[in-house]
Amino acid sequence: MMIGMRLCNLTGAGLLLLAAAALHAQHSYTAADVEDGARLYQANCFGCHGPEGNQVPGVNFSRGQFLSVKSDEDLQSVILKGIPGTPMPAATFPQFMGFPVMAYVRSMSAPGQRTLPDGDAGRGKLVFEGKGECLNCHRVGVRGSRLGPDLSDIGGLRRAVQLERALLETARAPSPEYRSVRVVTKDGKEYKGRLLNLDTFTVEMLDSAERLRSFLKTDLREYSLITNSGMPSYKDKLNTQELADVVSYMASLKGTGTK
Amino acid sequence: MNRRWLLLFVAAGSLLCQDVTFDRILHARDEPQNWLTYSGTVLGQRYSPLAQITPANVKNLELQWVFQARSLEKFEATPLVVDGVLYTVQAPNDVIALDAATGRIFWTYPYNNAKEARACCGNVNRGLAILGDTLYMGTLDAHLIALDAKTGRPLWNVKVANAGENYSITHAPLVVKDKVILGAAGGDIGIRGFIAAFDAATGKEIWRFHTIPGPGEPGHETWKDESWQKGGAAIWNTGSYDAATNLTFWGTGNPQPDWDGRNRPGDNLYSDSVVALDADTGKLKWFYQFTPHDEMDYDSTQVAVLADMEWKGQPRKVMLWANRNGLMYVLDRVTGQFLFGKPFVDVNWMSGFDEKGRPMRVPGKVPTPEGALIKPTVLGGTNWYPPSYSPRTGLFYVSSWENTGTVATEGGRPKGTGNAPMGAATLGTNLKTEEEGYGAVRAFDPKTGERKWEYKMNDITWAGVLTTASDLLFSGGREGYFFALDDRTGQLLWKAALGGQVNSGPMSYSVNGRQYIAVCAGNALFTFALR
Repeated sequence: MMIGMRLCNLTGAGLLLLAAAALHAQHSYTAADVEDGARLYQANCFGCHGPEGNQVPGVNFSRGQFLSVKSDEDLQSVILKGIPGTPMPAATFPQFMGFPVMAYVRSMSAPGQRTLPDGDAGRGKLVFEGKGECLNCHRVGVRGSRLGPDLSDIGGLRRAVQLERALLETARAPSPEYRSVRVVTKDGKEYKGRLLNLDTFTVEMLDSAERLRSFLKTDLREYSLITNSGMPSYKDKLNTQELADVVSYMASLKGTGTK
Repeated sequence: MNRRWLLLFVAAGSLLCQDVTFDRILHARDEPQNWLTYSGTVLGQRYSPLAQITPANVKNLELQWVFQARSLEKFEATPLVVDGVLYTVQAPNDVIALDAATGRIFWTYPYNNAKEARACCGNVNRGLAILGDTLYMGTLDAHLIALDAKTGRPLWNVKVANAGENYSITHAPLVVKDKVILGAAGGDIGIRGFIAAFDAATGKEIWRFHTIPGPGEPGHETWKDESWQKGGAAIWNTGSYDAATNLTFWGTGNPQPDWDGRNRPGDNLYSDSVVALDADTGKLKWFYQFTPHDEMDYDSTQVAVLADMEWKGQPRKVMLWANRNGLMYVLDRVTGQFLFGKPFVDVNWMSGFDEKGRPMRVPGKVPTPEGALIKPTVLGGTNWYPPSYSPRTGLFYVSSWENTGTVATEGGRPKGTGNAPMGAATLGTNLKTEEEGYGAVRAFDPKTGERKWEYKMNDITWAGVLTTASDLLFSGGREGYFFALDDRTGQLLWKAALGGQVNSGPMSYSVNGRQYIAVCAGNALFTFALR
């Protein structure tokens, strides 16, 4: 999965033929496809195309603007085969993964635009760590909690419009990797935390003390999944400018790892 | 999840978390339930103070759980265990956190090495280091990666060397204070070796010591022309640390080309040596070269075993070293003074030591196009697999090879190396007899070099040795047996057939008062405890 790295050499506006017409959805795809595609995009495409898909001259995924692509089939073909003679390489991942990448790229220009004004990332950091109390559930770098989603590189995984939506809307069920679990042992001790693994005989969690724990089910009196997300809507908790600043800050989080 | 509840338990958690401080690592013997660094402690002794499993009850050991790696590479890693969580590496560089009592997985960190990654001798990894709540791993593509030990999330990833120039990292890093120390492998394929220290918090490089001196540095004159630039002296096993002197000790690999030294006349410093470096600065304090101008591939990449013992009536800080060249050494680890050296297997390439501890070579015992009978052969009297020292018995335990073979040069590679096959993960059939060479665990009195006992195996061994405070010794071999011996007598007390070669060093830990023994064989990690 080296598309992203190899794409980094793409420079200059005149490399490819621009087909500026917006591409409209031709296939239906699920939220899971988009989620999977987002991860693949982050790993393979982000490095050159950027989070908004607008860093390659002549291409802007957020506006549905592509180069010599007229259909979803064309888009998948470019994703999988690359464009010979250009820095756009063929994918090294299996063919079936082309669909979720296409789904994510397509979702970037789906209806639903930002409603917040531009924000300031520096101010947003202060709100994020202060009034917003975001580190109580989330982690950025080596700070904050590990129980909710780690946001260290959220700016590379989510577009600003998605971050905005996540702050304003009441969260639905958490994704599987951030489900919570509660157990009570036969001797009455209660543990809650993030579910890490589950099988016929055992339950593994990162507990509230951020300790990795494994329980034999036969040692438990109670065991239940907590299915609702702990993420509240910040619509009425932060004002418009604060929200915009937090979105800007989160969009700036691109991780600390380098390779 | 109720957010208020979440806030409360997060706050509680921040109070309860116990990080692995360097002080804990330095005093790892005080918490025998854990295994906090590659050899158990920074002294490199691979000795566990646990004693629940004894010579009397070891026959009741039974399998507790198995972790089957999704890898066909040799499983050479020694796990770390921290407060009931076991961390290991699935070769080449996937990190796994498991429950140490059940083997169930908490998280997996998959790592894709760059396509130019190249290891001379197997896509292996020998383990991790930990400090605070961060794990550290060197990768086959010569990066150093820091991971959150609670989640497996990468924190940073720094390039240590250029994989495209054949640099790789295969050993477990060593944490000293606030630094992560490691070195680069690839000595057989033309690297210039080094040891480097990185800031554990940021990955910033603090110091780098080249194991081949550059122009103008002492020792550079031991290389001819440009031979130093790709002369090897690689690092592929974990060093040790002595807090009293603040010295860290690392064994270096062979000079390159391995079996033909005509283009690199001289001692080829600091190949086949132990170097003692100031842990804060990387400055060389002393070195001792085991095999000057090596042409037999006698890497000195064994673990330096540090012990405090009475030496000729005086307490002395010493270093024990069983070398691939077939000789066992005792050095003063404060000064580097050679105290003692003696063959621990059949050796014919040297006839003794001069007054400074330099080996006296036997004329003609070098590889030739026609072939020369050299003992031990290129794979050595021992190899990288870690030995053990028991402070209880005062004995030094070494996995050994008695082998014979003709080393001949042909196009830069040896041929006809007799009974000296490389290790593999899986078992094969064996047609040779013990007369053609065999493997053994041998116990030595380090004060005299006297062999106290030997446990012979028909086939050779690539397994390390663990001793415990109940006078047990655990080891294994290429035949796939994992066994327990009485470490005072060598008597076999228990064995299990694991179905794959034991290519790792065993270790021990406990969870909720129950002692476990863990070892890798084939492509899997096995754990045992008393039934």
